[in-house]
Amino acid sequence: MAARIHGGAGAGAATALSTFNPKKLVAPSRTNLPAITRSKRYIVASGSDASNKSLRVRHSQKLIANAAVAVCLLSLILHELLLFEALQEGLEEEMDRDPHVCVMGEDVGHYGGSYKVTKGLADKFGDLRVLDTPICENAFTGMGIGAAMTGLRPVIEGMNMGFLLLAFNQISNNCGMLHYTSGGQFTIPVVIRGPGGVGRQLGAEHSQRLESYFQSIPGIQMVACSTPYNAKGLMKAAIRSENPVILFEHVLLYNLKEKIPDEEYICNLEEAEMVRPGEHITILTYSRMRYHVMQAAKTLVNKGYDPEVIDIRSLKPFDLYTIGNSVKKTHRVLIVEECMRTGGIGASLTAAINENFHDYLDAPVMCLSSQDVPTPYAGTLEEWTVVQPAQIVTAVEQLCQ
Amino acid sequence: MALSRLSSRSNTISRPLSAAFNRFISTDTTPITIETSLPFTAHLCDPPSRSVESSTQELLTFFRTMALMRRMEIAADSLYKAKLIRGFCHLYDGQEAVAIGMEAAITKKDAIITAYRDHCIFLGRGGELYEVFAELMGRRDGCSRGKGGSMHFYKKDSSFYGGHGIVGAQVPLGCGIAFAQKYGKEEAVTFAMYGDGAANQGQLFEALNISALWDLPAILVCENNHYGMGTAEWRAAKSPSYYKRGDYVPGLKVDGMDAFAVKQACKFAKEHALKNGPIILEMDTYRYHGHSMSDPGSTYRTRDEISGVRQERDPIERIKKLVLSHDLATEKELKDMEKEIRKEVDDAIAKAKDCPMPEPSELFTNVYVKGFGTESFGPDRKEVKAALP
Repeated sequence: MAARIHGGAGAGAATALSTFNPKKLVAPSRTNLPAITRSKRYIVASGSDASNKSLRVRHSQKLIANAAVAVCLLSLILHELLLFEALQEGLEEEMDRDPHVCVMGEDVGHYGGSYKVTKGLADKFGDLRVLDTPICENAFTGMGIGAAMTGLRPVIEGMNMGFLLLAFNQISNNCGMLHYTSGGQFTIPVVIRGPGGVGRQLGAEHSQRLESYFQSIPGIQMVACSTPYNAKGLMKAAIRSENPVILFEHVLLYNLKEKIPDEEYICNLEEAEMVRPGEHITILTYSRMRYHVMQAAKTLVNKGYDPEVIDIRSLKPFDLYTIGNSVKKTHRVLIVEECMRTGGIGASLTAAINENFHDYLDAPVMCLSSQDVPTPYAGTLEEWTVVQPAQIVTAVEQLCQ
Repeated sequence: MALSRLSSRSNTISRPLSAAFNRFISTDTTPITIETSLPFTAHLCDPPSRSVESSTQELLTFFRTMALMRRMEIAADSLYKAKLIRGFCHLYDGQEAVAIGMEAAITKKDAIITAYRDHCIFLGRGGELYEVFAELMGRRDGCSRGKGGSMHFYKKDSSFYGGHGIVGAQVPLGCGIAFAQKYGKEEAVTFAMYGDGAANQGQLFEALNISALWDLPAILVCENNHYGMGTAEWRAAKSPSYYKRGDYVPGLKVDGMDAFAVKQACKFAKEHALKNGPIILEMDTYRYHGHSMSDPGSTYRTRDEISGVRQERDPIERIKKLVLSHDLATEKELKDMEKEIRKEVDDAIAKAKDCPMPEPSELFTNVYVKGFGTESFGPDRKEVKAALP
């Protein structure tokens, strides 16, 4: 597949979108070795011309080492962009590739998207493919699902994930279940995406984490992106998938900067990402908490610990293979998430790990989550609702005793 | 009559009936003009004329299909009482004219989506009796493999999008289908059906707003049987003129017990929707059974009311009178037809009873589509394959 260069990629200038401090949340730079490992896996696959070429990823390390040389050359053609631009690139590439892909949401068209993810798309593709909807989440989510039943591939944007609670019936009953109750007649290749999570003093109703509510709906897949690289990859994979996929973005991560390959690539929807291999403890995290964990990891390394950090990325289904391998190596698990303590992703993950890997654990699985409170407005209080790096360090020290 | 025996063997109702009646082959395509029983009431549009073009063949087909639908629903009633059908079973008898008239006006490319009272509409879209009964009894050969049940009948190749249990949720879906039809420039329309109870749902007005804004070929059909489960319409809606509820969207009120009025209205609506965007049709109809099989149907309305409607407005009786008055068949021939239909339904039920239950492995099929070429196995899986399409 030829490398694609898009107009949007050239705009490397960081826009002062939000008031947060970019220094606190910097995407892992090229010094992070796994980045090369990540990109090469898929670029090699895409370099081959056969459409169904599969790549044995879990083969020996030798294969990786050999391929790395060849592929490093390909992955050297990089361009730098922000996370929202990566999402936009992914969306634009898919819309170019398949005329059935359309976007619907509030202010996605002429306004360009409230977080600029769909900027420029309305000019390029027209009003019929980038649809500005009125404010009726229930109806336009239903419409997206109805259109998907006939073969279109809508990307439904919730301006803030919290607003999608109004469309819960459509997502749960129609989106998740129609493939099953129709005996396989209809597929719903819809992507539901939007920013969620605790932002900077946005208030309780705009700081929702919906992954905990949607996780038990059968028939949907959930993924959470955390870097520009996996944002673009997951967006493309989600659009191409025949299943309904909910893509969770985070309000505070839109301005992350990273260099991503020019070449086309897709991330695996059901796979977790190894952020930092280690020996002492497995830390499972996703979305924004990944950065808190990496910050804590710096402190931990200085103190002599060697944490293995995995960004689970796939919230439903869990990538128990990667997680299991890690648990078998380190025997200690810490889950750091932004969901509430009760019924969150961490709770399910704890149960899954305990069920499947109980024999390999030297200590009980510890889960650090947000407090079970509505997110307060005051800055200091809001900081205390989410997990901070210092708490992660303490938890690791406690587990590793 | 050998020919009539031949026709009774087939289950599909789309076969022309001419084979059964030797003496009518020559008069098959004779056009007949029929006056609807009541004039149409219109809101923001000009009502269509009361004279409906029809033909002998159509009249007889109407009678046979409606009798088949009626028989099927009555048989489902007995099966439910025999505990072969469980859960919820919502019966359509009394409302057959809506399904039949709509089918006569449209093609299989036009989409229909409806709520849970979907058995007859499925049949009208080309579904088979055997599939219906197998699904109702939860058997393997049901139209949804036994996994949907009474409320989840679908037929993708005839653009029948089901079959939905949550009241009102199918209307945004229907507008989405209309959107896809417009997106693909298909020159087809979508009929999104709902009841008078669902007419009070907010998502309806949301969907109507978007359809009107984007000029979608969506036709919202309100099957007003005057009761939303146990609540009469005057107790649930401040404004029971459902055809006017669209406000800026034109509407038409139709006598839903007259199959020809329904046919005329649907034809008119299709032409309108393809040119001007959404339109609302209100079908004034009635259901004889209760809301579902768990509802006796007589606690909120009197038996006199039900028998009164049955005597004066029954759709099958009306067609029967037309057939007899146009001298297309004798009473005896119609009775024979009904006997044939009864046998057809009984045969389908017997066949469905013999059908086995779904395999246990069916529990996990069709939850996801393994579309992206990625296969994930349990925690002990040996390899992960990722293939780019």
